[in-house]
Amino acid sequence: MKHVAILQFPGTNCDLDTKYAFEKLGCSTTVVWHKEKTLPQNTDLVVVPGGFSYGDYLRSGAIAKFSPIMEAVKIYANDGGKVLGICNGFQILTEAGLLPGALKRNIGLHFISKFQTLKVVNNNNDFLQKCHKDEILNIPIAHADGNYYIDEEGYKALEANDQILVRYANEVGEPMVVNGSVTSIAGICNKNKNVFGLMPHPERALELILGSQDGVKMLEGLIA
Amino acid sequence: MTAIVNVFLKNGVLDPQGKAIHHALDAMNFEGVEDVRMGKQIVLKLHSTNKEEALKEVEKMAEEILANTVIEDYTIELI
Repeated sequence: MKHVAILQFPGTNCDLDTKYAFEKLGCSTTVVWHKEKTLPQNTDLVVVPGGFSYGDYLRSGAIAKFSPIMEAVKIYANDGGKVLGICNGFQILTEAGLLPGALKRNIGLHFISKFQTLKVVNNNNDFLQKCHKDEILNIPIAHADGNYYIDEEGYKALEANDQILVRYANEVGEPMVVNGSVTSIAGICNKNKNVFGLMPHPERALELILGSQDGVKMLEGLIA
Repeated sequence: MTAIVNVFLKNGVLDPQGKAIHHALDAMNFEGVEDVRMGKQIVLKLHSTNKEEALKEVEKMAEEILANTVIEDYTIELI
């Protein structure tokens, strides 16, 4: 059985949804308080869940990156361990330097909360290995700071290394401006393809009764 | 000594909040505004009385946490 460590900062609010999701997919889980200095020995995947760590003060994710547990996460990631950041977790991973770029305020300034179609850009990574290239996934988004920015040089590197995971797209796969992200990017991974970050919430899309189960094949890739 | 740190989005990085303020000013008939940039100001009261030392320390703070240098620039004023 795979073991998933789910981080919890003051203001995190998707920790229990994420726990529910991975337990539903057959994993054991530990919710790890941010003051801890170590991850559970048997951790197969670290998830930095969504929410509003430290009330988004200063910048989203800016203060969480200095929490004690983040040192352990950096060591875990640098050793090749798999890390997934969802929404605020994605913001924390960029602030911590584990993922390139940064997330700015949405172009329309609104908090956007809705189902959004995404197009799978690259599936040659653990996270999206169970999805097809160009597949359209229906996954909820809920964020105010999801406007992904990276400079031109950084963008070229993302493209060259197949680091772009998903883009906001319409139902036929054409890129869509949702929050102002560079080329409609919704999720990326690092160069080594063991650290993943995305604004949409796959953990909220596991059951048809809730509108979509497209999140299953995303999360399953990480625990295969 | 007091340090005033101003943090702004870099030139060339689109500033959605500045843009919204600009639109509002236009709507209120304030003409003649060419551009609006929205930033934040962080005021630090320091123990140090040595300007050079203080500047070094605040620069370090700005680089490590007060600004995200991927998207933001900062200025430091000591008074």
